[in-house]
Amino acid sequence: MGRAYNTIQFHPAKCDGCNKCMEACAGSHGGKNDPVHSRIKVTRAADHQEFTTAYCHQCGEPRCAMNCPAGALVKDPDTGVVTLREERCVGCHLCTLTCPYAGITHDPTVDRVIKCDFCGGEPECVKACPRFALEIKTAANVYNVWGDLEDLFVPGLSACQGCNSELLIRHTLRRVGPNTVLATPPGCVAGAGAVGYNERTGTKIPVFHPLLTNTASMLAGIRRYYNRIGRDVTVLALAGDGGAADVGFQSLSGAAERGEQILYICIDNEGYMNTGTQRSGTTPYGAWTSTTPVGEMLRGKTRDSKPLALIMVMHNCEYVATASMAFMEDYYAKLDKAIKACKKGMAFIQVFSPCPTGWRHPTGKVIEVSRKAVETNMLPLWEYEREEGRIRFTRSVANPQPVEVYLKLLGKFRHLNKEQIEYIQRKTEERIELLGRWAPAGGTGEKK
Amino acid sequence: MSAIKYLIVGSSHAGLSAMEAIRTKDSDGSIVLLTQEEHLPYSPTILPYVVSGDVDAARVTLVDEAALNACNVRLRKGAKVVEVSPASRTVTLQSGEELGYERLLLAAGAEPTLPHIPGLRETPHYVLRTLDDAIRLHGAARESESAVLVGAGLIGMHLAEGLRRVGLRVSLVEALPHVLPAYFDSEAAGLIQDVFRQNNVNVFTGSPIAGVSASKGCCIVSLASGTELSGEMLVVCAGVKSRTQFLAHSGVEVDEGVVVTDTMRTSIERIWAAGDVSQAKSFFDGRKRVHATLPSAVEQGRLAGMDMAQDETLSPYPGGIAMNTYRCFGRRSFCVGLTDDSQVAQDTEVDRVFLPASEQYQKLVYRGDRLVGASCINSPMDPGVMVQIIRRGIDLGAMRKQLSSSPLETGRSLMAGIWG
Repeated sequence: MGRAYNTIQFHPAKCDGCNKCMEACAGSHGGKNDPVHSRIKVTRAADHQEFTTAYCHQCGEPRCAMNCPAGALVKDPDTGVVTLREERCVGCHLCTLTCPYAGITHDPTVDRVIKCDFCGGEPECVKACPRFALEIKTAANVYNVWGDLEDLFVPGLSACQGCNSELLIRHTLRRVGPNTVLATPPGCVAGAGAVGYNERTGTKIPVFHPLLTNTASMLAGIRRYYNRIGRDVTVLALAGDGGAADVGFQSLSGAAERGEQILYICIDNEGYMNTGTQRSGTTPYGAWTSTTPVGEMLRGKTRDSKPLALIMVMHNCEYVATASMAFMEDYYAKLDKAIKACKKGMAFIQVFSPCPTGWRHPTGKVIEVSRKAVETNMLPLWEYEREEGRIRFTRSVANPQPVEVYLKLLGKFRHLNKEQIEYIQRKTEERIELLGRWAPAGGTGEKK
Repeated sequence: MSAIKYLIVGSSHAGLSAMEAIRTKDSDGSIVLLTQEEHLPYSPTILPYVVSGDVDAARVTLVDEAALNACNVRLRKGAKVVEVSPASRTVTLQSGEELGYERLLLAAGAEPTLPHIPGLRETPHYVLRTLDDAIRLHGAARESESAVLVGAGLIGMHLAEGLRRVGLRVSLVEALPHVLPAYFDSEAAGLIQDVFRQNNVNVFTGSPIAGVSASKGCCIVSLASGTELSGEMLVVCAGVKSRTQFLAHSGVEVDEGVVVTDTMRTSIERIWAAGDVSQAKSFFDGRKRVHATLPSAVEQGRLAGMDMAQDETLSPYPGGIAMNTYRCFGRRSFCVGLTDDSQVAQDTEVDRVFLPASEQYQKLVYRGDRLVGASCINSPMDPGVMVQIIRRGIDLGAMRKQLSSSPLETGRSLMAGIWG
């Protein structure tokens, strides 16, 4: 497979123009902190609130390199960095004319063009920014490290257009790998054909269809059997929220308490979607479902959702986490931990899974919905490791956007009135505060 | 012998750019690059630096054998194409060899023109277009004390500076009223002329040449004004013309260059053209012209390659815009779009800042609220950002004044908000 590369992202709302990034960049390229030598430029136009940055985007089709008459600019295939070979540069400045991003500029004090070299992979500007306005995005690692793994589900699964769960299960099983037995209880995953159709399995590994009530107990038995005969086989559940939080909770709870060595992924689409969008224990307050309709008497679900992942923390599981497909590197990091943890006891991950069909949103918006849920704190990203004994936010919950930013994306919340939205905002903040009590001191997750 | 899937005539910017675009889409189709020279691919833009000695002639290669092999491209040197036969889909080399093609790209570039000046053809003179020209000139410069240069376009100006810096007495002659007539207006050009004069280059503008002759190893250049100039070297850099002679019997439509569509197709199917050899749509008025600049060659080559490889992400050519950077004696300048006197029409407005004391010149040309030209000397702004503002036809509205007063910050703010 090809390569993907890490990149720098700038958050203008966080920048206050302190110029520490420029000083750090200049200082690490020749010793003097004068911003004139900086490869990243921060400026602000008159009458503008926000600062702007200009720095090299390390383009995939770098116009500077394509237009250089001296062959002085070359994209390094290993690092992705468009490298300036100064010994070849004749100073014609055609690069500055053909770069649309002011990523290569003229330093008048040395009369040479300068550009970002990514500091060998750990950019100094990112380290220097005290307000986290510069961030290094490492999503490329997912592609580079896991990109060659085999997708162990078959093609032709009949999930709805835009289904988040299909994305989720394919990534999960690639990573968990072929030495696995998979349980797919009744629900969308089985309904889409994962468990099989036309007398063949929907996977390239052993898969079976437990009852909605007993996924965890069946997996417990299978794992115990393999242990007895001396084989380390991962047992994996891809279960909906109905099976995990409601009718299957009894067996899940028991298995967790007994420390059964299971990797249990709860695909939380906040309802019994496969059977026609009925409400479940994880359906949020105010949501329309076919059993919590909107009309004269009722305006969607009247009860708050059950905080399932938090309940699993109370079972002394080895590992518990929440995840969202809009934060793929975060999910892969959590899967790594869960895979190790399930050798010792239960590893449980609740993955947020928007359902365009049941939640009534455009099919192409699944990732945006997954992102906004996190950014509004309606889905805080955290993990719990039994050894640590604490909850740790894996993404900062400071400065969230108002819940309305998320709610307005979904048809299932279209009917909400002002009081309901205020209620949701308040409850969201309360949940964060509750989670925070288990987190280390000062642990709202604001991290470098 | 089976036909070559992609046959490219010419191995400079247009050809190389096309080659990369083809390989992005088609990793297996055979590509053969033809060059009439005996050198690995290089850029004509580097040649003045070879003449001045700033760059070693051995280090001008843009892509070497290893890189060509790595992308499975075959380069044939000394392979001059003398005939193109669309009926049989073959090209004929000077050696007589015939090569069959499935798709053909004409990226043959342009060659120097000799103005019709009495005595010029008979008088020993140099031109600068190929690496061999540059090596010759470099050698001659080391043996000479003086030079007369005909034409103050980019090549002439670069050469004048280069020769001056290695110690020659240099006279530069331009028939039109000022230097760099295709790029700068008289005011900006005047600033540059002053810099040259400060550096002891004798610049004669508005000076057509009446005749040229040779005498005792020197050239004598007689200006129409009566002045006589002499020099041990005579260099002609009076413009280039698309290399289209080899297409005379091919049926391909040729005007000043090979006429092409918005996807670089010529009038004959399966034949494309790009770069200095082609005549393509202009951005501002839609008329087809030869856009003989490096950035145009790169862009056109890329589009031709994409169309040849049937890359469905291709967007048609938005049209050529004149643009270039120019540095001389430590100063820096660039221009893009409608900037020179002849181009600035009645429906444009100009915001101009000229500070001769600090050698700063900044001209922004607007049509309504849209930027259509920028021309700057020693002025702090990002050339590439200005190009984008023009290309995207951004309606600046109230930002127009700001752009003129602080083009660097305003340009970057626009970039961040729109395409960054």
